[in-house]
Formats: sequence, C-alpha cells, structure tokens
Amino acid sequence: MQHVRNIARQLTLIILSVISLYPVWFMLSTALKTSQNYTLNPTGLPLHPTMGNFTAVFADWPVLTWMRNSLVATAVSVVISTVISIMAAFAIVFGRAKGRETLFRSNIALMAIPPVALLVPMYMLMVSAHLINQLPSVIIFYTGLLIPFSIFFFVNFFREIPEELVEAAYIDGAPHHRVLRSVILPISGASTVTLVIVNAIFVWNELLVALVFLQSNSSRTLMAGLALYQGRYVTNEPLLMAAAFLSILPLTVLYVFGQRFFVRGLTAGMGK
Amino acid sequence: MSSASVSLDSNRPRAAAPTTRKVRRRRQWWPYGYMAPVLIVLGVVFGYSFVEVVHYSFYAGSIGSLVWVGTANYRELATDPQFIHSMFNNFKLLFTVPIVTVLALAIALMINTAFRGVRQYRAILFLPYILPATAMGLSFSYLLQGNGVLDALLTKLHVGFLIHDWLGSPSWVMFSIGGVIVWQQLGFGVVVFSAALLAVPAETVEAARIDGANWWVVQRRILIPQIRRIIEFFVILQAIIVLSSVFTYVYVLTGGGPAYSSSVMEFYIYQNGFENGSIGIASAGAVVLLVIASVFIALYLWVRIRAAKDTR
Repeated sequence: MQHVRNIARQLTLIILSVISLYPVWFMLSTALKTSQNYTLNPTGLPLHPTMGNFTAVFADWPVLTWMRNSLVATAVSVVISTVISIMAAFAIVFGRAKGRETLFRSNIALMAIPPVALLVPMYMLMVSAHLINQLPSVIIFYTGLLIPFSIFFFVNFFREIPEELVEAAYIDGAPHHRVLRSVILPISGASTVTLVIVNAIFVWNELLVALVFLQSNSSRTLMAGLALYQGRYVTNEPLLMAAAFLSILPLTVLYVFGQRFFVRGLTAGMGK
Repeated sequence: MSSASVSLDSNRPRAAAPTTRKVRRRRQWWPYGYMAPVLIVLGVVFGYSFVEVVHYSFYAGSIGSLVWVGTANYRELATDPQFIHSMFNNFKLLFTVPIVTVLALAIALMINTAFRGVRQYRAILFLPYILPATAMGLSFSYLLQGNGVLDALLTKLHVGFLIHDWLGSPSWVMFSIGGVIVWQQLGFGVVVFSAALLAVPAETVEAARIDGANWWVVQRRILIPQIRRIIEFFVILQAIIVLSSVFTYVYVLTGGGPAYSSSVMEFYIYQNGFENGSIGIASAGAVVLLVIASVFIALYLWVRIRAAKDTR
C-alpha cells in the first residue's frame, strides 16, 4: 500500500514537473529550429538545431541595447531602493521617532497597491520633467515601487538582531552611521542578497511601466521591446522564441545556482 | 554622545508592540534623517500620485488642454460596456484563487515528507513563478492558439472534442488566461504551504497518530488548521493579484481581444490613458480599481496585523 502511494506520488510530481517546464522547453526547442522545421513539426525535437535565430535576433533587433537598458534600470533602482530602505528600517527599529510605526504599517499597505493606479499621474509628472523615453523615468517609479517591501523585509530582519549587539556599540560611543555600517550591515549580507534578488526579478520582468514610459527603441527595456516586436514578428515563431529565451536566461541561470535566495526572498512576505 | 545613552533602551519595540512605555523617553531626531530619502520617494510615487489620480479623474481632454467635467468620467464608466466587461473579467479571474490554493495545498501535503527528489521537485514547480510573464506569455500564445500545440496534443490523445481556439474564442479566453495564471502562481503556493507545514511541531502530529488518527484525519484536523492563517493570507494575496496585476498576461496573450472580450481593468486604464489619450477616463478607472482593491488591502492588513499579534 505504501509502495503504491509512493509510485502515485512520483507519477503526479513528474506530470506536474513536465507541465511546469514544458513552456520553457517549447521556447528553447522552437528557437533552435528553422521556420520551415517549426511549421512542419512544431512539437518535435530540434533534430537539426540551428543558432540562426539567435544570431538573427542580435543582428536585426536592438536587443543588446534593450538588455543594457534593462540591466541599468534594474541595477540602479535596486541599489537605490535597497540602500535607502536599509537606512529607514534601521531608524524604524533602533530609533525612537514619532510615526515610525505608522511608516512601517503604511508600507505594508503600499505593498499591495496596484502600480497601474499610479501610472497616469507618474506619466504626467515625467512628461513635465522631460523624462519620457529616458531611463530615469522608470528608475524613479521602480525605486518607489520597491521600497515598501524592502522596508518590510529589513524591519522584520532587524527585529531579530540581538539587542546586546547594538547596545554594546552604542556604549562604546559609536555614532549611528557607524553602528549601521559596522554592526548591522556585516550580519545582513545573506538577507540583502535575498532582497536584491527579489527586487531585481520584479524590475527585470516588469512590463506595464516600461511600455508606457519608454516608447523609443533606444530606451526600451527587454520586456517592453519583446512585447512590441511580438506584433511585428508574430508569424516568425522561432525568432520570437529565441528572443524570449534570451530574456529568461539570466534569471534561470541565477535560479539554478542561487535557488534558496529566490525561494526565501519571494516567500518572505508570507511570514508574520 | 547623548543619543548613545538614550539608545540603551531595553524597551526597543518588537513587532507591532508600540507606545506603552516609550512615551516617557526623549524623542530622537536622527531617525528622521534616516527616513527622509524613502519618505521623499514614497511621497512622489505614492502620495503625489494618489492625490493627482483623483484630481485628473474630474477632467477631460489630453495633456495641456484639460477641462473640468465634474463626475462625467465616472458616469461614463458606469455606462461603458467595455469598462463593465473589463471589471467583470477581473472578477471572473477570481476563479483561479481557489484552484491555485487547493492544488498548492494538496501538493504541499503530498510532499510534506522526506523522499528522494523532493527538493528538486519543489525547485522545478517554483521556477514558473520567477519567469517573466511577458516571455512566458509569448510561449503560451503559441501553445494555446487555434490549431496550436495544445490542440495538436488533444488530437493525439483522441480527445479532439476538447479542441478550442483557446485565445480566439470569447467564451474560452478568460479560462485560458486564468490557466496561465494558475501555471505561474502554483509553485509559489506550494513553497509557501510547504514552509508553513514544516513549521508545525512534529509532536502535534505524533500525538494525533498515537491517538489513532489516520493519514487523512491528520491532514484535515491537525495540519490544515495549523496553517490556516497562512492559507487565509495566501487567498487574499492571490485575489489582490488577479484584481490588479494581470496586465502582462492580457497584453501579451490576447491584446484584450477578441474584440475587448478579455480586457481587464488595468488594460482598460492603459488603453484609454495611453492609446486613446483620455487621461480623465483612465484616472477615473484607476480610482475605481483602487477602491475595489482597497477592500482586499484592508482585509490583507487585518490578517497581517492579527498574525503579528499571534506570534508575539
């Protein structure tokens, strides 16, 4: 009986795994086929794999520019939001200022606000600041969207730090910025990596804001470019799948090596 | 350093444990400096936007030539079949919430023991959750299109009567979009529930076993009630997601089509604001979305704060 149950479980999990992975496999196998091969046999193995679609994407699409834009938008907004959120969380947990609990709780609510609700005013603001079609427009917006979860995350983490550690530093007369830098930060490494990954996934994958704010080819992010070129190349499945595969590659590689950071970070919001 | 001595505060606030004794303490000024940068950014991105989106919702026209129209935009929304349909589609997508929850819970209970490959399976199931919806939507658009890969598979399995134009038929399109959402969210649920189940004390389960409870009773009477709070929270979070964060799926899979039949509120706001240039209509739509979402956000806050009190 136990044996039967084990087999049933393995079988269920194998089926679920196939369903989870198939759309990725379809993407890769299609990208490795020529257009004719795909039309003849969409689901078959790529028996004569070709890199032609990948070279074509790099040659005909501004995909390197898009990647660079995605990378810059991700790096800058993640770094800024992480740094200023650490500062704020430090003040919320270790300082005594009126309103810090209010700030913490408002952040919990802001985590759930749909970005689309902020889109029209932010767009108008960027128009008047002449930032449309420029990366700073999305960087400002993303930084704002990342802060609530980042503060929530660091506050919860800082509250677990033993008080004695911080008190000892203050007894030695260390100023606040030194306590933050030489007591708090050295023990926050793993947590910071976790948060950076979660935030980077969000920015790298974001479509709506990028679509609206970045309308010139030279300023688009990878996701916005991909969504736009979908319309233009919809009948060239292998080419589109090659581009799509390139867009999921960085995250997938990171995931294979740093899986526990992804899992821990993305489920952190579910604790307490 | 005077602030150094006041900081030796054994009454440092713990999770949501404010205000009882700290009133007597001297207020500090340095925290404001540390909080200033986020307050500025949050003020612009959220504060300014909340005020302005309400403001713009009373205007018509495009950038540079806005005219006050009172509540006309809201009245237009109430009579615009496209908006009503979009809102209804968001509600339709709520059907994914029980599906994701029940499936994820069942899988989490199934893998709640140590066996060969359990970690690998969990890692594979979680993968879709991190992948960009834009790229995966592209893949699904080929899998689900009429005479696409799914239909070919159904033919091979001799269940040809199930064949549909999954994205091209108004009666099926929301199910297809919902299916992709389930595909992407399922692994998240599995991992969340697995972690919660691991935290249930082994003695609780052991005690029930000794009392003669069988497998099914242990799951239903012990494990599920123990993680009830997490389940509630997960359900609310999923509801918020399908009400307010499904734009990418719709944009990439169907572009709102065929003929607006798969439009959702976000898509409606996007189209009116940025394709048709009706800032006022888009803003009014955004306010309606915020009001609907805030009901769920209030629920979410309530569950969250209650959970914080529980663990104290």
